[in-house]
Amino acid sequence: MKLTPLFVGALTLALAGTASAQTITIATVNNGDMIRMQGLSDRFTEETGIELNWVVLEENTLRQNVTTDIATNGGQYDVMTIGTYEVPIWARQEWLVPLDALGDDPEYDVDDLLPPIRDGLSVDGTLYAAPFYGESSFIMYRTDLMESAGLEMPEAPTWDFIAEAARAMTDRDNDINGICLRGKAGWGENMAFLTAMSNSFGARWFDENWQPQFDQPEWKETLDFYISLMNDAGPSGASSNGFNENLTLFQQGKCGMWIDATVAASFVTNPDDSTVADQVGFALAPDNGLGKRANWLWAWSLAIPTGSQQHEAAAQFINWATSKAYLELVAAEEGWANVPPGTRTSLYENPEYQDAAPFAQMTLDSINAADPNNPTVDPVPYVGVQFVAIPEFQGIGTNVGQLFSAVLAGQMSVDDALAQAQAATLRDMTRAGYVK
Amino acid sequence: MARNVSTQSRIGFTIGAWLVALLIFAPILWTALTAFKTEAEAIASPPTFLPRTFTLDNFEAVQDRSDYIKHAINSIIVSVGSTLIGLAIAIPAAWSMAFAPSKRTKDILMWMLSTKMMPAVGVLIPIYLIFRDLRLLDTVHGLTVIMTLINLPIIVWMLYTYFKEIPVDILEAARMDGAELWNEIVYVLVPMAVPGIASTLLLNVILAWNEAFWTITLTSGRAGTLTAFISSFSSPQGLFLAKLSAASLLAIAPILLLGWFSQRQLVRGLTFGAVK
Repeated sequence: MKLTPLFVGALTLALAGTASAQTITIATVNNGDMIRMQGLSDRFTEETGIELNWVVLEENTLRQNVTTDIATNGGQYDVMTIGTYEVPIWARQEWLVPLDALGDDPEYDVDDLLPPIRDGLSVDGTLYAAPFYGESSFIMYRTDLMESAGLEMPEAPTWDFIAEAARAMTDRDNDINGICLRGKAGWGENMAFLTAMSNSFGARWFDENWQPQFDQPEWKETLDFYISLMNDAGPSGASSNGFNENLTLFQQGKCGMWIDATVAASFVTNPDDSTVADQVGFALAPDNGLGKRANWLWAWSLAIPTGSQQHEAAAQFINWATSKAYLELVAAEEGWANVPPGTRTSLYENPEYQDAAPFAQMTLDSINAADPNNPTVDPVPYVGVQFVAIPEFQGIGTNVGQLFSAVLAGQMSVDDALAQAQAATLRDMTRAGYVK
Repeated sequence: MARNVSTQSRIGFTIGAWLVALLIFAPILWTALTAFKTEAEAIASPPTFLPRTFTLDNFEAVQDRSDYIKHAINSIIVSVGSTLIGLAIAIPAAWSMAFAPSKRTKDILMWMLSTKMMPAVGVLIPIYLIFRDLRLLDTVHGLTVIMTLINLPIIVWMLYTYFKEIPVDILEAARMDGAELWNEIVYVLVPMAVPGIASTLLLNVILAWNEAFWTITLTSGRAGTLTAFISSFSSPQGLFLAKLSAASLLAIAPILLLGWFSQRQLVRGLTFGAVK
């Protein structure tokens, strides 16, 4: 039978798998920095003898898989790649192993981690995940279009300037949109942007008693500004645009400005993919003079679930992948521009990195401008800049995101969307026991 | 009596059939063409139909990052294994329902079908806990078991429908000649139902091959099938369409070939009993 060799092959593979000394399973997200780490991980195996079994998944699938596994104590994974949203929630559930050992290792130098990123991954001063790469958001803009419009981008612009520039740069005849912003519904899509934007307008998701705040004037101001700006200067069909869609538009020269993740800087300045690589400038996310900017903070980080049976080997891997030595390894193999950004102070002090990444200082400034513990103008009971770190937020955030996306699509008014958002969020928060 | 069909309407039907076929085939064709484009060209607007620069880089990148052969072997074992086990259980079950029905046979059939009405995610946690406790997570045999269970209602239903078309008199004649139950099924029923069994087999291999929810959730690398292989190439940040297309093309190629070579059986099985 023809299939016999295949079955024999499968059996051999299975036996080979069980014969090796120690194997840890790593679940990670599919993005450039993680794929590079996967490619370089042979070095870790050579150094330690620990074999690595990789599970690379798209972000949403990864989140579903690791959440199922950790909530059921499944033990499928020894190292999980999780974001700043999950870390505080899971740490409080005691689902994550504290990474105290990293603090004890002088070579690792835990104090070198950027303070906002470290804070975002710690609960009560204990680090529960080690940052692999960190990002904030900032403005990427076309220097040539800005010049044609007779304007000059300040390093730290206001929303009023951004609105003026976006309208001036818009040229519908030539398919150039003054500004491209996220519109696709989802807690990690349009709500990441709009929550960060609302912080700069003085809005907040909840007051100190967990009462939703969509009935307050700050949210109306935020949404009115966003909708009017997108109607005047945004691309058509913006309500279905997320990161990748806007990246495509910007790379094809169809956006004057784009406010999104700092990680996009390397994509839009890469001449292989971007038609405007030489004409991109960067500026801090806008503010309204209230002391908070519209930038977020995110870090893809490595953590050990308590269900893992191999804590020590997993910790060894995390130490290797998030160390200074790893950054040097990437620099030696693929150049400083490809080093995972946003985690260590020493990287931003490195002149070679500053030369290779012209957006380095702006990325650092953006990360430092975000404070996950005090994200808003008025006090809030939650942690998180562009999200609220409570388990219910994924559902609530996506629900509100759908309403705001519908406004952008012209299916609903701002007032109706805010009223519905207020009612739905209040209902969910009451059911969840936050609002008495 | 054969119906007279005018040349004009015959041409009309032929063109219509080709158009529908092309419409159905268009996404696969687009995926195939995109697989040979660069990432920048894959997202170009307006899109290009044929690749401007024909490249095999995507296939190279896909193979570099992931192990196609391992995933393909897992897919073959799970899809063929679950279908064969399913047939072994379903043939006797369908025989009993078709030729020795009880008062409750219809109810049982409906109950079996009702298990397909619930979204898979509704039973995710119980199944995950059972798999964890039985140590079936990330194992090929665990995946084969779940795939058998998922597809069993469809296999039983399809075989039941085919068996109902076979005149019971033939089986009775075999019994009159002294055939025992086992011989009746193996030597009389199965040979007569070969087209139906073949198309059930093919359809279930395809269903198991394409199943994504359970294969992605219950595996973590070792037992991953080609659907898990494809999903690892979708990315929320950065360009991935060309590589995703290359991975998809590699993943559907075996099943596409299987379908191509067995289309006669498939069509015969699917229309079995339609014309008397």
